[in-house]
Amino acid sequence: MLSPGSGNTVIKSKLISRRMFLLTAAKTVVLVGLVGRLISLQINQTTKYKSLSDKNRFREWKLAPERGIIKDFYDKEIASNKPLYQVHLIPENVQNLNQLFVRLKGILNITDKKISYLKRLINKQKPWEPVVVSDNLNWSEFSRINLFLHELNGVEPIVSVSRTYPDNSSAHILGYVSQISAKDLKTKKYLKDLSVPGMAIGKTGLEKKLDKDIIGQVGFQRYEVNAFGKRIKEIQISEGQIGKSFKTTLDYEIQKYVNELLEDKAAAVCVMDVYNGDIVSLVSAPTFKPNAFVHGLDKDYWNSLIKDGKKPLTNKAMSGLYPPGSTIKTLVALSALENRIIKPQDTFRCKGKIELHGEKFHCWEKKGHGIVNLRKGIQRSCDVYFYEVARKLGVDRLSETAKKFGLGKQVLSDFTEERSGVVPNTKWKKKFIGQNWYIGETLHSGIGQGYFQSTPLQLCLMTAQIANGGYEIKPRIIFENKKDYLKDYLDFKSKNPQETLPSELLVKNLNLKPLFKNQKNINLVKDAMFSSSNEPGGTSYRHRIENPKYTFAGKTGSSQVKRFTEAQREAEVKQTDLNYKDRDHALFVAFAPYNDPKYAISVVVEHGGSGGSAAAPLAKKMIKKVIERHDLRKEINNSKGGSV
Amino acid sequence: MYQPRSIQSSMALRDRILSIDYILVVSILVLGIISMFAMYSTDGGEFKYHTNSHILRFCVFFALFFLVSLIQIRFWHDQSYLIYISFFLLLLGVKYFGLTSSGSKRWLDLYFMNLQPSELMKVGLILFLAKYYHRVSIENMNTLRYLFAPIIALIAPILLVATQPDLGTSILIAAGGVVVAWLAGVRIKFFAYSSILFLALLPVAISFLKPYQKSRILTFLNPERDPLGAGYQIIQSKIAIGSGGLFGKGFLNGSQSYLDYLPEKHTDFIFTLFSEEFGFFGSLSILALYALIISRIIKIGNITRSTFGKLYCYSFATAFFIYVVVNMMMVLGLLPIVGSPLPIMSYGGSSMMAIMFGLGIVMSCKIYKDAPVN
Repeated sequence: MLSPGSGNTVIKSKLISRRMFLLTAAKTVVLVGLVGRLISLQINQTTKYKSLSDKNRFREWKLAPERGIIKDFYDKEIASNKPLYQVHLIPENVQNLNQLFVRLKGILNITDKKISYLKRLINKQKPWEPVVVSDNLNWSEFSRINLFLHELNGVEPIVSVSRTYPDNSSAHILGYVSQISAKDLKTKKYLKDLSVPGMAIGKTGLEKKLDKDIIGQVGFQRYEVNAFGKRIKEIQISEGQIGKSFKTTLDYEIQKYVNELLEDKAAAVCVMDVYNGDIVSLVSAPTFKPNAFVHGLDKDYWNSLIKDGKKPLTNKAMSGLYPPGSTIKTLVALSALENRIIKPQDTFRCKGKIELHGEKFHCWEKKGHGIVNLRKGIQRSCDVYFYEVARKLGVDRLSETAKKFGLGKQVLSDFTEERSGVVPNTKWKKKFIGQNWYIGETLHSGIGQGYFQSTPLQLCLMTAQIANGGYEIKPRIIFENKKDYLKDYLDFKSKNPQETLPSELLVKNLNLKPLFKNQKNINLVKDAMFSSSNEPGGTSYRHRIENPKYTFAGKTGSSQVKRFTEAQREAEVKQTDLNYKDRDHALFVAFAPYNDPKYAISVVVEHGGSGGSAAAPLAKKMIKKVIERHDLRKEINNSKGGSV
Repeated sequence: MYQPRSIQSSMALRDRILSIDYILVVSILVLGIISMFAMYSTDGGEFKYHTNSHILRFCVFFALFFLVSLIQIRFWHDQSYLIYISFFLLLLGVKYFGLTSSGSKRWLDLYFMNLQPSELMKVGLILFLAKYYHRVSIENMNTLRYLFAPIIALIAPILLVATQPDLGTSILIAAGGVVVAWLAGVRIKFFAYSSILFLALLPVAISFLKPYQKSRILTFLNPERDPLGAGYQIIQSKIAIGSGGLFGKGFLNGSQSYLDYLPEKHTDFIFTLFSEEFGFFGSLSILALYALIISRIIKIGNITRSTFGKLYCYSFATAFFIYVVVNMMMVLGLLPIVGSPLPIMSYGGSSMMAIMFGLGIVMSCKIYKDAPVN
């Protein structure tokens, strides 16, 4: 029988109390532990958990910004935007991905390859990050998607904008845009927070150079989302910002005209204002279709571009390197005059060739030019004359002058594709080739062959700086709201040669840098160039324009691609008999009008033969067009300039 | 030595009400009101199903609490075995007529509510063992013959509950039972033996676990193992509590729960929600409130003269403490998610009923503290 006596109860009570005491002690320890854990989570680590909670809470969707527009000098849009119809897909809103793709395939034209690519992409991304299913739909496809939208959960039709170019005439200088690559994200810092699916960035040309500013600012849609990714409410939205628009100095009409002239040729042209350095035209031929790059390049088109021997993707005007050939003779003559090596009336006898240390140096005129002075030397482009001058001048003094006039360094900044070319001298050879300079190489340099390498842009700058009377100019392609201080300065000087400059002009031309020691020497060269283009016997005499409004002064050049052998020389092989690839490059530089120089031009026709026959006739037509449009240009320059 | 005062067995209603422990009553009431606000927050700041039904239940079972406390302790002592047996029969009923929800069979459909007898068994077992050890003499207590009945009484419901399956509740029932035996004076060596036996059987037990139970234990050991799957609850709960900081995000501003990142926010994770909205000081207040309730129960145990009363109060206080601590450790990421409600705070009728019933008996001990039970 279980009958607790009272004594038993007391003992039991004591036992229970003792054990309860132990338990209470244990409870206290556990309670302290709990408080400790709360302190650790809610006080010590609260920052970490707060940010985790916010990460849970908010989700951001980026909105691709609209790219800025590029305009020509007359505000014609040469790179603009057009509406773009896209289909995006947000994977987390899709119930059955496979089913959806089957459905989409029926509505749009998507290949199985694309679908498997998209599936891989979806697996890599966060489920709420949109993927671009189709980035360029036409209107009928887009309306079909909208029609079926109610049964396509997770599919979002998007109207955005994309780059478009009116034609291919400025493809090289403008460059093109294309999808961001993984490499771009790594190398370009400004893209760090900019990456939005479907966004294009500049890959070459101005599009690349201006990318940072022209790209705009990404907009954000910030939503509070629940654990299932459903948007609960919009917290904030920033529309983003349209990229900055840029006005260039290019003339779209001239770009188009030059393109027509250069059709079927591998050639480059640069036209520049000789006072303010505005690049009026910069064309490389053959051109390509920049619009084809915006939405995933067609493989066949890409292959045709890279297989083309005329290299349509290269911007020959700034990346093409050509020996300047006889066009350098202007600077050789100038350098010799400036350094008082020769006087203009000094003569040499050209017998068609000279010999130096047993090596023969030929003049292009096999018969020889007879007695040649500086003017005739440039007019007829006599090689022997310049062999003699170069020998006396030496390559180091020549290179100094050539560099002063802009050869051997990049003309524009920030174009990754622009090459700097080579202006050789003894030091350069020692450094880069590791050999001593030979006197024979001086002779080659004197006619712009040998190590000399230059871009059409550099040749144009060289000519412009001769044309404006020998003043340094800074070429530009982005329009700047500045008056032509140099022009005003020169006008004032020519009208009032004795008076001191008004202070306003003085201040604005503080940075004016003459490239000459004696301006007479510049004028001698200009005069010789005039005779080359406008007097019988001149190398481009056949292509002169007699109307003084258009009269230009130029210098032809042809740069050897392959050394002419003695046998070929004996057989009087003509350029047209050679293989296309072996023919000389034809060069021509000029400025116009001669009496009041306004523009300089350089033309290079790859494998065109001689400058006089291949490049000069093109230049003639271009000069005419450029001068015809000068009044229009001047009007804008004056009105804009006046507002500063 | 005391003289049992017979007046106590037939106290006037007024006297009974006057001898209620008001500190305990107020603590429970405050906790209940807090739980209503918390439930209101889980409903997104609206009076919806959970809030309304929680308020109703609290009121009903608070009344039950008074009713139970006003009945003399002797009655509860006398009916202890019967209560245990009826709860056990309900558990058996679950096995055959139970409702299955999310893979386990825990509920009986009583038309007006779904009853979870395993919750009731938490109190039932304590009552049974308190009476048993009240009656067994100290000399007999540690003989095998007298250990037999409590072991059966302990193991039978645990097995039934564990096979529902409901590991968490069965462990909590067991904990309550073990506490009574320990307090009553069963020798430590028996606990040591059974621990060894338990450890030896653990691998066997684990092989019987359902995959989701195994996964929960593994997940507890390393929540980042599967952050979107099994570890999700622990991680999100820690984020919610941690992001609450010192003062919390404010009432109805708990983004974790509001945006559905918190699983089971009405039931097991109600403390997480509260802690997110009211921060460290809020959590501390809840802890203090529970500590106050538990200390009041212990105090009642101290002043109760009968062994039954003492055993019951101490055991119930300890079990109550274990329920609170297990739940909090769970949501704080210190224990695996086993599914144990927070007493009074969590949504759930059976749990509320069991706790209020248990507290009622405690209060009955207070009112009849000097009355003999037999």
